Amino acid sequence: MLAHPDLTTLIFGRLTLESLPLHVPIVLGTFAVVALGGLVLVAVLTYFKLWGYLWREWFTSIDHKRIGIMYMILGFIMLLRGFADAIMMRAQQAISFGDNMGYLPPEHYDQIFTAHGVIMIFFVAMPMVTGLMNFVMPLQIGARDVAFPFLNNFSFWMTVAGALLVMASLFVGEFARTGWLAYPPLSDIASSPDAGVDYYIWALQIAGVGTLLSGINLLVTIIKMRAPGMTMMKMPVFTWTALCTNVLIVAAFPVLTAVLALLALDRYAGTNFFTTELGGNAMMYVNLIWIWGHPEVYILVLPVFGIFSEVTATFSRKPLFGYTSMVYATVVITVLSYLVWLHHFFTMGSGASVNSFFGITTMIISIPTGAKIFNWLFTMYRGRVEFEVPMMWVLAFMVTFVIGGMTGVLLAVPPADFSLHNSLFLIAHFHNVIIGGVVFGLFAGITYWFPKAFGFKLDPFWGKCAFWFWVVGFYFAFMPLYVLGLMGVTRRLSHFTDPALQIWFVLAAFGAFLILLGIASMIIQFVVSFRRREALRDVTGDPWNGRTLEWSTSSPPPKYNFAFTPLVHDHDAWWMMKKHHYQRPLDGFIPIHMPLNTGAGITLAGLSFVFGFAMVWYMWLVAIVSFAAIVVVAIAHTFNYHRDYYLTADEVRRVETSRTELMARHV
Amino acid sequence: MSSHDTQHAHHDHHGHDDLGIHATFGGYMTGFVASVILTVIPFWLVMGHVIAKSSTAAVVILALAAVQIVVHMIYFLHMNAKSEGGWNMLALVFTIVLVVITLSGSIWIMYHLNNNMMPLMNPANLP
Amino acid sequence: MSELSTSYPASGATAPPLAFYETTESHVPNGTLLGFWVYLMSDCLIFACLFATYGVLGREYAGGPSAAEVLELPAVAVNTSLLLLSSITYGFAVLEMQRDRQRSMMIWLAITGLLGAGFITLELREFAHLISIGAGPQRSAFLSSFFTLVGTHGLHVTCGILWLIVLMTQVAKKGLIPANKRRLMCLSMFWHFLDVVWVGVFSFVYLMGVLP
Repeated sequence: MLAHPDLTTLIFGRLTLESLPLHVPIVLGTFAVVALGGLVLVAVLTYFKLWGYLWREWFTSIDHKRIGIMYMILGFIMLLRGFADAIMMRAQQAISFGDNMGYLPPEHYDQIFTAHGVIMIFFVAMPMVTGLMNFVMPLQIGARDVAFPFLNNFSFWMTVAGALLVMASLFVGEFARTGWLAYPPLSDIASSPDAGVDYYIWALQIAGVGTLLSGINLLVTIIKMRAPGMTMMKMPVFTWTALCTNVLIVAAFPVLTAVLALLALDRYAGTNFFTTELGGNAMMYVNLIWIWGHPEVYILVLPVFGIFSEVTATFSRKPLFGYTSMVYATVVITVLSYLVWLHHFFTMGSGASVNSFFGITTMIISIPTGAKIFNWLFTMYRGRVEFEVPMMWVLAFMVTFVIGGMTGVLLAVPPADFSLHNSLFLIAHFHNVIIGGVVFGLFAGITYWFPKAFGFKLDPFWGKCAFWFWVVGFYFAFMPLYVLGLMGVTRRLSHFTDPALQIWFVLAAFGAFLILLGIASMIIQFVVSFRRREALRDVTGDPWNGRTLEWSTSSPPPKYNFAFTPLVHDHDAWWMMKKHHYQRPLDGFIPIHMPLNTGAGITLAGLSFVFGFAMVWYMWLVAIVSFAAIVVVAIAHTFNYHRDYYLTADEVRRVETSRTELMARHV
Repeated sequence: MSSHDTQHAHHDHHGHDDLGIHATFGGYMTGFVASVILTVIPFWLVMGHVIAKSSTAAVVILALAAVQIVVHMIYFLHMNAKSEGGWNMLALVFTIVLVVITLSGSIWIMYHLNNNMMPLMNPANLP
Repeated sequence: MSELSTSYPASGATAPPLAFYETTESHVPNGTLLGFWVYLMSDCLIFACLFATYGVLGREYAGGPSAAEVLELPAVAVNTSLLLLSSITYGFAVLEMQRDRQRSMMIWLAITGLLGAGFITLELREFAHLISIGAGPQRSAFLSSFFTLVGTHGLHVTCGILWLIVLMTQVAKKGLIPANKRRLMCLSMFWHFLDVVWVGVFSFVYLMGVLP
């Protein structure tokens, strides 16, 4: 590939001015808006002299709470991008009938559905789930931070670097047109010679490093750093689900790394793993990527099950029904999730014995999930249920998720799958479980833990607006797709000929519009809550009368989380402390061992972004230099042995006294 | 629980307690000799064409490899049920289960697929 | 909001007083070795995928050379011995580390690194030879999966050698402090892990590959 080693090619690779979408008005318009918004943001930050603050207190922070919040912000920003893709698709499909070709040309439409899937899974759901685990889990186990604070910061910035690569593809070149899993041979170099699939590969590889390291980090944190007395069977359920999720991350993401590396070798080095000639087998890619892909859906949904458990117990004023069965159900799901991957490609043709094995395992895995639903129902049964916004999300989840689960069991029957595979029925099914499960759960979690993170509750009126728009919008958007799927409409089409179908697509577009209102309500909710923060202030640290340890500290918690390490005697540790009239310690403070901030994480991730971008555009010189820089910076970082410090007892006393005074003022 | 050491200022120097591994010369030598034997046998089997039947040879090679991996785990990686409170062993067992699922599952699925979908590629089906 | 704090359910009058916090700084165990082990397990799954790929595609010669035609077992036997020897020399380095004998530990580490470098050299020679006879990774799915599996292992060994050099520098600068001992134990796990993977490679790829 270095046949013409002139300087321009060496530096810019195949990137030319034509790679910029100067001829596509929609993209240009988007670019203008994004660029203008970015400039305004930079100007505001500079005007208020916030750069130093952001760098010192946030970007280089190794505080798990701040990293958790940054993950949530990343997830929310990417949700806006992913949703913009969604509403564009809905609008296109609602009008593109007969002679009307809609407003999106097919090659643009294909990029949009690919980007929508990739962004929603990797850069919305994953960061939000990781963010909540990061923020909540160490507080729930009574720890001061995670096991490897620097790695935590590094993981976050690697995720950001991956997200930035996907965003860059919007304005420089194009994104993949292959669907979110980039199946070969379509994603092979022969069929997709442009930069789209390469953006896909490098964005996911870079973000994948972050995800894997974060998984190891949180896993070790749960195993090693629980407060004294908190045995495994006394851990809060959210921590249990976080444990299982991180086990799944550590065990599944290497598979994604491997399979994408093989695809990259096919594209860059001309190997023949998934090609159609010289012995390559594209089906091997499908097989391998679903060995990652199926555990991935449980990576997303397990922590959310944990959120539902915490929220249901808190707002039913009862301990969770069937704690032990909940834990075992989670563990069983963790193991079984590795035995079902073939149900994503029943139609590939592996034959009756293979298909029936995986069909049966798929039906089996719905049993522990069903057990969990009953546990939540029985927790509510005879409880004093308080319909706060998080609890409303739980109820919407229970109804919606059960519907999605049942259509899932339908699809688990191989003969049924042969007619429903790749139809809109499948699209409706997985949006039904991902929106009805993961997204509703994340919103419940965000509303529930928001006061812990920021010190004030979210405004309930706008929260309820968001809730109703989202829930009603969801049913309008996806129930029509079940109907269309049963009529045989396949996914990923940008144009239809049969006008009888149009009404269903119009209904779905209306649903997407309602969801848009839901998202707008959420943004308004954040703004209104910030402005009303004094009225919504949580001075107790325990706004919902919670049960687990995170509610025992102040809102927002101090840097060190707990002035003294909590001692745990039973589950629902904080509930028990309250029952025993726990008195907050007011003196006798001791110095606290804390990790030091570092800029190594953001530097390494920035270099990784440059490396990824250079690889996408074949800028070999830049790639080599940035890779060498990554290695040098990483090694240099290991020479830094000065990574922690002691927060003095006086400082702890100052923080704790100000909290005491605050509480006294509000009694 | 409250009878902890109060010398908290020296906490970053407790590392050597955490290594938790006491390697011995005897252990390493046992592992090494066993590994040499378990390596020589399969090489000899294949290079000397000792077993005529390929499938038998393959099973023997895989069995010897499995034994050697166990030897490495015990004598070189100091794996036992107690290290890190049993978590090391749990992680290892879980990983082995997943490796077996990935390997055997992929081969099983792809073998069936090839049989069903590409009969012409299968030498047994050629005319 | 604040009235909540007074409405907690009353406890039984007979409940014994319980301590709910530690008054001294509690000892937080270091998680590095466990974390590194978990990382190795995840690495193991990357290799599992590559082994699975080799298992599925390893006989797809596509009219090109077969494993029996191109793989040379004597060279592999030498390579295997080098790696096995480097495992035991790393073991000796760990024994010296336990006795805090820095100088002899460094010597054993250097020997380990040299054995690793020898292994890499032989492997690169084998690769160069294969490419020169037209059996490069592009030739067939068998060769693609062969080069990738063996090459990934080689890449790990290379990283191990680089890490070894960095770590020797750090020990030379800082001595055998706990942090460095921990790192030496991590590298020890890494190095032995690579030997375990190599057992799989020589058995599954080379020995079984050349069987008729």
